[in-house]
Amino acid sequence: MIFIKSIYNEVIKIALKPRSYLGIAAITVLVGVILFALKSDGMSIISFVTSSFEQTLSFEGNVLNGNLVAFIILQMLIVQIPLLIALVTGDLVSGEAAMGTIRMLLTQPISRTQLLLSKFIAGGIYTLIVIVWLGFMSVIMGKLLFGSGDLMVLNSDGLVILQEADVNWRYLGGFLVAFLALFTVSSLSICLSCFTDNSIGPIVTTMSIILLFTIIGTLDVHVFDSVRPFLLTTHMASWRSLFEDPLPIQDIKNSILILVIHNVLLISISIYVFNKKDITA
Amino acid sequence: MSEKIIEIKSIAKKFGLFEAVKDVSFHVNQGDVYGFLGPNGAGKSTTIRCMLSLIKPDSGTIKIFGKSIFTDRNEILSRTGSIIEKPDFYKYLSAYKNLEIFSRLSRVSVGKKEIYKMLDFVGLGSREQDKFSSFSHGMKQRLGIAQTLLHNPDLIVLDEPTTGLDPQGIIDIRNLILRLKNEQHKTVILSSHNLAEIEIICNRMVIINKGVSVVEGDVKALMNNEDLVVRLEVSDTNKSKALIMSQYPNIQITDINETSIELPMEKSKISELNKDLVQAGIGIFSIEAKRKLEDYFIKMVNA
Repeated sequence: MIFIKSIYNEVIKIALKPRSYLGIAAITVLVGVILFALKSDGMSIISFVTSSFEQTLSFEGNVLNGNLVAFIILQMLIVQIPLLIALVTGDLVSGEAAMGTIRMLLTQPISRTQLLLSKFIAGGIYTLIVIVWLGFMSVIMGKLLFGSGDLMVLNSDGLVILQEADVNWRYLGGFLVAFLALFTVSSLSICLSCFTDNSIGPIVTTMSIILLFTIIGTLDVHVFDSVRPFLLTTHMASWRSLFEDPLPIQDIKNSILILVIHNVLLISISIYVFNKKDITA
Repeated sequence: MSEKIIEIKSIAKKFGLFEAVKDVSFHVNQGDVYGFLGPNGAGKSTTIRCMLSLIKPDSGTIKIFGKSIFTDRNEILSRTGSIIEKPDFYKYLSAYKNLEIFSRLSRVSVGKKEIYKMLDFVGLGSREQDKFSSFSHGMKQRLGIAQTLLHNPDLIVLDEPTTGLDPQGIIDIRNLILRLKNEQHKTVILSSHNLAEIEIICNRMVIINKGVSVVEGDVKALMNNEDLVVRLEVSDTNKSKALIMSQYPNIQITDINETSIELPMEKSKISELNKDLVQAGIGIFSIEAKRKLEDYFIKMVNA
């Protein structure tokens, strides 16, 4: 019971912290700008992509529809979302130490493990809200403004056309995989937050790690070949696999497994460090 | 004999090479207002943090309510309220919301009514919706005490609760502690570097210096000790010393300056000494008597 109350406390703290709304506001502004740009001049962007296929294919109907708009938005923003997540989750532990409230919390009759897990769960709930908001702004607003239609996706293998009726469940799956990836970012930042009493450090370190992993992932150097499949950032883009045809089920399962392992490891390390930590702040 | 609420035996804690606590032992009885006295850096806060499981000691045992803090932490903390150093709350939340957050982690049911009642008790009844960031130091301290008392704990630990307060704030906190003792019969541990504060409020105390507990006992017995340290300001220190040595051969006299000397003496013998010095033609400009413990503590603080 006290664990549930602690989760509720952590959610309330996130909800009442002004910084938490930065992420939501940023998504609203960014998606708003993209929607405006596509509405104003979207067809010229689409023509740029389709022109290379026009000798062999003819495109009819509403190509620039809500499904495509949502896909473009996700592709553009999914790289920025980790920063918005880390901004809030990165100081869930260290922020308490910096403020001094960690002393008050840890003299309450709740175990350190339960307290920390409630922070992970609250971080997960925040991540879910951000993803749901991103889904609403991209898919729902996209469909409201641009209508529905078949989804045309340009992959490394070529052009994939997905039937309108075949898209919604892919978005649902894509958002779930994206949620898992972003929850891993949240776990990483909370884990880093356990090592310091400085509230900015874990946020900057999380972003640095993501940047470093992204660079390693994109560098076409053989020395990183053995590491690349295990990097968090490699699997952050796995939501895109949901929009391939046929569905690469094994790749998706593999990504989910690796992200789950990341989470288990990060949470375990955090619990160990947090339980050992002397509160001197 | 009163029940022992706290038993600390030989705790020690190192941070790297620095020994914050070397050997601290003491016990607190039920109903005590127990003074935890020592100069800054003596190891008081580290000891208190060990008691409340914020810091794990390297060695020693800590028993509270007859149970070990290492194995029965949650049970002990559910019966304990504490302020460590200073009460830090969420700056962006109101006084009420802050208390609500902490009340949820208590093992007893604390409703809105109790929160408002507690805010009234500490004199913040009219400020419950104000943000913590807008509070003065004294108000923050009082909110900390409200949080401490919210779940009606049996043991209250207050680490330097009057630090940084104005004179009225200090009096308010002292009165609040005395009310807790007299009206609610709580056991209170009060950490302070102020001997006078401990003397006014506490019935028992321990003095900690350089990570070691040096004196423990009843405050009245320790403070009303007849053994005093007497400082004499006289016209001739050499003549005075010779006279005193002739009457008290084993006494240790300390030269303070050209006109002052200091010596240990029982209270009852001071008037006799005064008479002897006057009869010997020595001019006495002042006689200042300090209790040995007070003198010891002042020297400790100044060291």
